[in-house]
Amino acid sequence: MLNSRVKLSLKTFDKDIEQKPTRDGYGDGLVIAGEQDPNVVVLCADLTESTRSEAFSKKFPERFFEVGVAEQNLATIASGLGVSGKIPFISSYATFSPGRNWEQIRTTISYNDANVKIAGAHAGISVGPDGATHQAIEDIATMRVMANMKVFVPCDANEARKATLAAAKIWGPVYLRFGREKMPVFTTEETPFRPGKVEIFWEPNPKKDKAKKPEAVIIGCGSLVHYALLAAKELDAEGIGVCVVNCHTIKPLDEKKILELVGECGAVVTVEEHQVMGGLGGAVAELLGKNLPTPIEFIGMQNIFGESGPPKDLIEKYGMGVKDIKEAVKKVIKRK
Amino acid sequence: MADLHENKLKFLEEMANKIRQDIIEMLVEAKSGHSAGPLGMADIFTALYFHILNHNPKNPSWPERDRVVLSNGHICPVLYATLANAGYFPMEELFTLRKLDSRLQGHPHRNSLPGIETTSGPLGSGISQAIGMALAARLDKKKNRVYCLTSDGEHQEGNTWEAIMFAGKQKSKLNNLTVIMDRNNIQIDGFTEEVMPLEPLREKYEAFNWHVIEVNGHDILEFVSAVNEAKAIYERPTIIIAHTIPGKGVSFMENDYMWHGKPPTKEEAKIALSELRTLGGRIKSEHE
Repeated sequence: MLNSRVKLSLKTFDKDIEQKPTRDGYGDGLVIAGEQDPNVVVLCADLTESTRSEAFSKKFPERFFEVGVAEQNLATIASGLGVSGKIPFISSYATFSPGRNWEQIRTTISYNDANVKIAGAHAGISVGPDGATHQAIEDIATMRVMANMKVFVPCDANEARKATLAAAKIWGPVYLRFGREKMPVFTTEETPFRPGKVEIFWEPNPKKDKAKKPEAVIIGCGSLVHYALLAAKELDAEGIGVCVVNCHTIKPLDEKKILELVGECGAVVTVEEHQVMGGLGGAVAELLGKNLPTPIEFIGMQNIFGESGPPKDLIEKYGMGVKDIKEAVKKVIKRK
Repeated sequence: MADLHENKLKFLEEMANKIRQDIIEMLVEAKSGHSAGPLGMADIFTALYFHILNHNPKNPSWPERDRVVLSNGHICPVLYATLANAGYFPMEELFTLRKLDSRLQGHPHRNSLPGIETTSGPLGSGISQAIGMALAARLDKKKNRVYCLTSDGEHQEGNTWEAIMFAGKQKSKLNNLTVIMDRNNIQIDGFTEEVMPLEPLREKYEAFNWHVIEVNGHDILEFVSAVNEAKAIYERPTIIIAHTIPGKGVSFMENDYMWHGKPPTKEEAKIALSELRTLGGRIKSEHE
């Protein structure tokens, strides 16, 4: 059952739930952050509308910088602003930033401890028809490996707004990951967003499920958290109780709570629109390998590039759909 | 900055010579590092930190200070030696260059040492960082200026030209930015015009809407005058192309690209120091 304490939308499982891309939450967050702090500035590399930087650019034109198609310049100008008291957000598609400008981010933002926020839009395979060149499926890994970098992957537009506002207030480099496609807005104003803390979105129904303790924990991030909830609901109908954890902060990982939850059930499925190497799954596997060796199944891109197609069909084709999550749960329970 | 009278010029020239000696002594102690670039830029660094900059070595984070971005981080021995002589940190620390637990990293790290405005080493990203600092000064309505020291070789990097294009677009908004290029014609693999030709640099910068000044990078008077001219240019950023001799002051290093990336041995350092102390044999050194 949905965890009532996190106040998810009453329409979470309804067909007519409001649909919005997470990048919209980023755009809303930028404007609020700009109102709250005059030091917030935004830079964009020729993708102002589609990264949702446009509203900020219109409201605060003197604090918006268009750099053209030049992602290396995007990162390094932001570095200079960031060491001079400004709070720059840099907006582009994740394959270009932090893709093309990875070294500039490493040297001039991360190692340099510049107060820059990197927003990677169009992350994941659900970018759809643009195809594999524009589907960032390595960005969590490439940002997570940098010392000094924090990584947020919000699960819907509301959480994206909260993550953007949190990033503006946190000192130091932060990577924010957003998607292109419309998806259910299933968290609400009241749903907590605590950087570095996981939230339990679904837990076994103590009245109904055979075991009060979950048989497995699904740890997800980004757009697939909603898929994980759909899978949990179907599993519940089949008598399998699971826990679904929204892990919006990949770094720093909420090690304490994850170990506690995994310790209770002894089986884990990680769910992300990203390569299964080095992302959320990698982070959880590192933690468990070191502290609590546990059977784990990885939902994500299995060492392969995507292709053009409708977003939902791509999710199914590449094994990240509700059916796949359910199968992974059943498989991992058998491995206990 | 005050006018450059004769006594001050003499002081600056002597300081540049001392900084060259410090560079040699640091490098021989470190047993690795770059020789040619730091020696070639000693006059310009001296002019900046001992005459041009509005700064306070005792308060390195003073918000109103002029900023210096060293884009080609590998010539940091000249930055470190200049900062120490200017009073940013103790002189004896120069001999910890590149050693374990030192604040003097092989390439500069912003948070390690007072006076370092940014981390650098990977080439081509300094001009854009300086642009960011200059834009921040504009937003805050501050009067400080931003100087970026860049090499000729890193004008082969795409990031450099992205920055030059952006600054040209901003026009008078970035008239607080002055870029100083060390045009010493060498890079690791050889002479720039053989590795990957850069010329015509003046015309390229002009085409990108910059004000261009060319100077002899060893003539402090000429360099100071160029910086004054840059301050008087309202409508666009300025690039000072400083023609320098790599390895300047040490005869066997001058204009030899083999000295780009290696330190002198103890024997070579002895000869180098003797040449610097006697100004190439023209005066007698008290050390002899």
